[in-house]
Amino acid sequence: MKPTPLYGMMAEFDTPTDLVSAAERAHQAGYKKIDAYSPFPIEGLAEAIGFQKNRVPLVTLIGGIGGGLTGYLMQYWISASSYPVNVGGKPYHSWPAFIPVTFELTILFAGISAVLGMLALNGLPMPYHPVFNVSRFAFASKDRFFLIVFSSDPQYNSKATRDFLERLNPRSISEVPS
Amino acid sequence: MDDRNEQLTGSKAPVIKPGHTFATVTDKISSIVLTRPTSNGWFLGFGIAFLLTMMLLYAMGYLFVRGVGIWGITIPIGWGFAIVNFVWWIGIGHAGTLISAILLLLRQSWRNSINRFAEAMTLFAVACAGIFPLIHVGRPWLAYWLFPYPNSMGVWPQFRSPLVWDVFAVSTYATISALFWFIGLVPDLATLRDRSTNRVAQMIYGILAMGWRGSARHWHRYETAYLLLAGLATPLVLSVHTVVSFDFAIGIISGWHTTIFPPYFVAGAIYSGFAMVLMLAIPIRKVYGLEDFITERHLQNSAKVMLATGLIVAYGYVIEAFMGWYSGNRYDAFTLWNRLHGPYKWDYFALLICNIVIPQVLWIRKLRTKPLALFLISGVVLVGMWLERFIIVVVSLHRDFLTSSWGMYYPTRWDWMTYIGTIGMFLAAMFLFVRILPMISIFEMRTLLPEAEVKE
Repeated sequence: MKPTPLYGMMAEFDTPTDLVSAAERAHQAGYKKIDAYSPFPIEGLAEAIGFQKNRVPLVTLIGGIGGGLTGYLMQYWISASSYPVNVGGKPYHSWPAFIPVTFELTILFAGISAVLGMLALNGLPMPYHPVFNVSRFAFASKDRFFLIVFSSDPQYNSKATRDFLERLNPRSISEVPS
Repeated sequence: MDDRNEQLTGSKAPVIKPGHTFATVTDKISSIVLTRPTSNGWFLGFGIAFLLTMMLLYAMGYLFVRGVGIWGITIPIGWGFAIVNFVWWIGIGHAGTLISAILLLLRQSWRNSINRFAEAMTLFAVACAGIFPLIHVGRPWLAYWLFPYPNSMGVWPQFRSPLVWDVFAVSTYATISALFWFIGLVPDLATLRDRSTNRVAQMIYGILAMGWRGSARHWHRYETAYLLLAGLATPLVLSVHTVVSFDFAIGIISGWHTTIFPPYFVAGAIYSGFAMVLMLAIPIRKVYGLEDFITERHLQNSAKVMLATGLIVAYGYVIEAFMGWYSGNRYDAFTLWNRLHGPYKWDYFALLICNIVIPQVLWIRKLRTKPLALFLISGVVLVGMWLERFIIVVVSLHRDFLTSSWGMYYPTRWDWMTYIGTIGMFLAAMFLFVRILPMISIFEMRTLLPEAEVKE
């Protein structure tokens, strides 16, 4: 039987401070394809692994603008064009009355875009992932902090990478089968 | 951040009792769901709530067969209990979004231990609220006519009507609250997935957690999305009760047609919402031993919010009365006279006592940390806020401009069954929630611990 190819090498840490400094050192050592896992958001960790492109705000903005336009144009078309009804002599295009629905649809579309955009950019839902093969990774949702170097990294070398991770004083090191 | 809060509130109680670690916080909250045996008390409470829910379904079934004539509504009082209860429930929902969104933006870290169940409370309260306008329309099976959809009749909703704005406001509010709640749950569902030993539970929590693994990239986008949702929910929560108040304020009935309504409705909503948060938090922390996480600090702060919003509500009453006199409008003046001396005067006095007089005891610092006293005062406030909506809806309508069209409103047993039934439905949903989902946000509690700080 062929040995399963490795997905990466994972080191386990006890505190967020250790994880952030380990991530910084791995990034400085030239590892580009790395990721860090923690049971809660840690400020500066994403920067430490070299993550910069966060497009969630852009997606939300586009959703919000789309919602506002949808809301206003829908009301304009319905009230002034498709089904004009004279209510107490008010103009067909009574824009102040259209503001509440425009506002609500702006919020609705922006909120849905923020959530779906975040999930899509994160590649979720993804029930299976190689990191779950490591049994200790169950503690990543409790009180342990993990750093992984992916085997797709050009610098990856099972011996050298393991030596590098050892120098970071982790609690344990595991190979992640893919 | 914490020190600043302490200075601001003058409160010494910590947000979490010292001595907790990532592991103890995780175990304490997740064990309530995963390992703690379901107590007889839970079955008893859920059973009663479930029976009340069945009563609601019975009352609604009979309503669908016989029509709204089984209720006490007549002309001139066409709105009755349905709208009173709608406004009451939707107001209660507001505290959840206030705690989760506005207090997040204001960096009030004490919110982290009460936001989860306050959001759940919001969802269930909005669900109860949503029932009422739907069953009040007379032909509920045609309620989808409220939404703009292309139809063979060639007609569209009337967008100059606040009732249509309300449809959009409430449905947007329900959707955004549900999203906010669910997204907040995802990392904790991953914790439950990894902690549970039962195969079925692992599957269910696993599917709901969507494969969350806590990657730094994911957290980064997650926090951005969460913050943006909070920013969006903040104007939304203020707009919802504003739009609800437009249902009244845009009308020309004396007692409704006032500009004070939007802020006064929003303050009243938060007032009743925090009362409900306290009524739920106090028994929950006692029964589940969560005094370490829901500390005196939380009770104090919630009581202070109640006191502040209660005073805004009192200001609203004063301005209403003042304008009744100062406007020189004889119909407005009569509305004021009718509240004080008309057939519903006892309701108005009870309202003043419940909403303004009794809550003033919250000025006493010692009382703000006494769970039993807070529980009772919160109950009084909830009654008071219900009476307020009763006064606004019924007492304004029952004597309008023409004496020939005056009338009285007497709720029937079906009105009461429907109202009490929704309380049962709300409680049944809360009972299920505390049993199957983490009622305190585990990952946000971890961020409050001293060991969560990254040292340079």
